[in-house]
Amino acid sequence: MLFFENIALAFSSLRSNMMRTMLTMLGIIIGIGAVICIDTLGNSLTKSVTDTMESSGGNTIYLGLQQKEVETEMTDSGFEFRGPSRRRTISDDDKYSDEMIIDLLEKFPEEIKTIQVNTSLGNGTVKKDSEYAYVSVTGIMPTEFAAGNPPEMLAGSDFDDKAYEEGRAVAMVSDYFCNNLYGGDYEKAIGQSVEVIIGQTFYTFTISGVYKYDTGNNMMAMMSSNTSDYDTTTDMYVPIRNIQEKTHNYGYEQVTIIANAEAVTNQESFMGEIKDELDKYYHNNQYFQPSTFSLSSMFDEFKTLLNSVKAVFAGVAAISLLVGGIGVMNIMLVSISERTREIGTRKALGASNSSIRTQFIVEAMVLCLIGGILGIITGIGLGAGGVKIMSMVSKEEMAAAPSIASIVIAVVFSLIIGVFFGYYPANKAAKMNPIDALRYE
Amino acid sequence: MAKGDVIIDMKNIVKRYFIGQPNELEVLHGIDMQVHEGEFVAIVGQSGSGKSTLMNVIGALDRPTEGEYMLDGVDMFKAPDDMLSDLRCHKIGFVFQTYNLIARTSALKNVELPMLYSNTPRSIRTKRAKELLEMMEMTDRMRHTPDELSGGQKQRVAIARAMANDPAIILADEPTGALDSATGRMIMDIFHRLHSEQGKTIVLITHSPELAEECETVMTLKDGMFVDVRKGSGKRAIL
Repeated sequence: MLFFENIALAFSSLRSNMMRTMLTMLGIIIGIGAVICIDTLGNSLTKSVTDTMESSGGNTIYLGLQQKEVETEMTDSGFEFRGPSRRRTISDDDKYSDEMIIDLLEKFPEEIKTIQVNTSLGNGTVKKDSEYAYVSVTGIMPTEFAAGNPPEMLAGSDFDDKAYEEGRAVAMVSDYFCNNLYGGDYEKAIGQSVEVIIGQTFYTFTISGVYKYDTGNNMMAMMSSNTSDYDTTTDMYVPIRNIQEKTHNYGYEQVTIIANAEAVTNQESFMGEIKDELDKYYHNNQYFQPSTFSLSSMFDEFKTLLNSVKAVFAGVAAISLLVGGIGVMNIMLVSISERTREIGTRKALGASNSSIRTQFIVEAMVLCLIGGILGIITGIGLGAGGVKIMSMVSKEEMAAAPSIASIVIAVVFSLIIGVFFGYYPANKAAKMNPIDALRYE
Repeated sequence: MAKGDVIIDMKNIVKRYFIGQPNELEVLHGIDMQVHEGEFVAIVGQSGSGKSTLMNVIGALDRPTEGEYMLDGVDMFKAPDDMLSDLRCHKIGFVFQTYNLIARTSALKNVELPMLYSNTPRSIRTKRAKELLEMMEMTDRMRHTPDELSGGQKQRVAIARAMANDPAIILADEPTGALDSATGRMIMDIFHRLHSEQGKTIVLITHSPELAEECETVMTLKDGMFVDVRKGSGKRAIL
């Protein structure tokens, strides 16, 4: 029996009972739809996160300090937890020192592009007449602006070496700051003395430069995106020496390393090397140890999470497809029983067992294939809707991208379900005795 | 094959059901039967005489338990399933009492069906099906599905379908049984025409002695054995 005749036959037989066909396909539609939907969402999320990663510091490694694991000891009465008594707040001795940073720079001259340390006085307010501006007073090292991600200078200049060495009370402020306090006249701001109020304390700095504030490059700004420009807290950069002298705090709790992408092929292992190097200094420290963190390691965690979500959906889809497949088998058995006479007639007219079997397997396959295609359409639709909602929530353009591979797999898989669950009923039909089948009422 | 050659050659055919079980039943007790090319044979008998069983054996729907059966030179005994379906496809054209057309399928497609199973190319298939329907004067109804046709029309489609692969014999099982007299007469006339004009071998199974009388040979079956084989009178019955 010819291929196209079988397909035409399958369509006419499925069309003759539309409602039943649709209901039978539901399981397949839901199963395939779920897979395609989560795949579309997952791809869009991954793509969006990857893009963000690439645009902002995929090579950035953050160093921090963490409490050492709580140790337990065996005593006569069992385990004794020695945690809380050994905890204490972080002190200068625990923090990263200049010595360690120089050591890292010497140890990895190729791999490390630059090291940034962030010593902050805290968030404060600068007032002038009735105007005000929120600032975060941040200490910077000479290398930072040069090698890191230097902001565009709008007026004045970066600090000179002397300013860094002596820790002068000079500051670079943002264009936002100037807009608030100097009506946007950057040149006018240069040389002005400003008082920053942090808590109960006043600090005085002389403005030496104005830089262009980049919203996209600032985590804080991204998180509080609904603040107006006027109320946005911007960085006021001052030489780190100045802050250290003011706070009598000479260590660094947080250190940012910008890695050189060409020299570092495996960021994960490079992070391990850095940690090993720093661990030497913390061998005798009972309380703290260095910790490393990077956006890409966060990204890996995100991918792992996404994969487990995908796995859950795949499980749901698998159950749905199994139930759907059993539904297909059930309806094929019903259909064969209804068409017993037809099968008998076909056999009397010369149909071989194998052509009867092929006819019903093709019918089951067509049924599953239509279900699969409807499932793909449903999945893409739901996925696109989901991506639209995510875009609206994150205020970020995201493209819905179902992968071609998943669509191909879905089509092939639904055909396999058709063959698998269609075989038993089809074989039953093929083995019918023509006499019994012809006499069937 | 020349006219007059033996086309159905049965020797001592025995058919038993439920073999080896307490309710074992022997339906045919040694049938000897010969049908020649171009012959119009009637097998007549009352219900329970074994007509249907004999028809199933002749039509290769069922295997005999014992005996020899040559159909158009092919040994049918112990033939595998696939060979039986092949024989049904090429050698035998069935006409049933209840028409057995495929539902929701046009008359044309129904006539094409046996040619599908004989792997006839589409163009030849459609051409031949149209010719056969034209012969049955059904051209104007060939796009209609069975539920849009009257009983007589359905049976004409069924006869066209039986002719599709140009079989060696046409096996008609009570073809007028479900029809009114006038329509039944028309169907019988078609069989006579196929016989006289095309020289088809026809085996007609009926319980009606009047219809059997129309045929060349009348074989009377009683309790699973032929009790009488004679020439028919040739007198057309007024149904």
